[in-house]
Amino acid sequence: MGATHVRFAAIVNLNTPGHYLHWGVIQISYGNAIVVGLMVLAFVAALVIPFPKHRDEEVE
Amino acid sequence: MSTTAIDRQWTTRVRKRIAGTFPPEKVLPDTQPAYVASWIYVFGVLTLAALALVIATGVALAIMGPTWWHVSGVGHFLNSLHLWSVEVFFFAMVVHLWGKYFMAAWRGGRALTWITGGVTFLTSIATAFTGYLSQTNFDSQWIATQAKDGINATGAGAFFNVLNLGQMLMWHITLLPLAAAALTALHVILVRKRGVVPPFADEPREGGK
Repeated sequence: MGATHVRFAAIVNLNTPGHYLHWGVIQISYGNAIVVGLMVLAFVAALVIPFPKHRDEEVE
Repeated sequence: MSTTAIDRQWTTRVRKRIAGTFPPEKVLPDTQPAYVASWIYVFGVLTLAALALVIATGVALAIMGPTWWHVSGVGHFLNSLHLWSVEVFFFAMVVHLWGKYFMAAWRGGRALTWITGGVTFLTSIATAFTGYLSQTNFDSQWIATQAKDGINATGAGAFFNVLNLGQMLMWHITLLPLAAAALTALHVILVRKRGVVPPFADEPREGGK
């Protein structure tokens, strides 16, 4: 269990003060900014990626 | 009992009202309109799936209590599952919200569907907030002490004390989840009643080419 903790801890060290983006009056943590970015990405992807069709629908 | 008397019974009237508003093929449809074949329509049901996992893991955590996850590997796993299903829940709900906003999904008599969705979103934020306060660790203590002044400034501090773990835990596991689940159920019922909002008509705009 200890080894697992060490392995994951090596990816992102959370045992430090948070890192923040400053953009005018906007202040947002890197973690939150990444999640917002991923949501925008998912939104755009949902609009542009074609939805799979059933085989019987393709025949029509 | 005469037929008229039977028709006047409240049970008969409610049954007829429900059967008229929600026929079985509308409540559990086997097909959807062609325009629903888009990934953007998946995020609503993804939110529901995440909510089911949030509730299931929350129930498991409630059995063993709020401090169990500190001393148990299984508890730690379930607590993490509870947290990450909440993350997926909000992620999917926000993308769902954006999609419905740009579709103007309140069209066609769907205002109440839109409003119940918005209120469910706000209720979910309050539920998540009380969840963070119920972690029984330094993080929850930090959040509580940071939040108290803001909450007190609104006047809500008179009956909603973020420093009171017992009160926050009860809000988190009873009042707010019940409200969120009831609002979600109402939202889904309204979606089934009115159907999924159709896309904007493909018509040239006035004055456009």
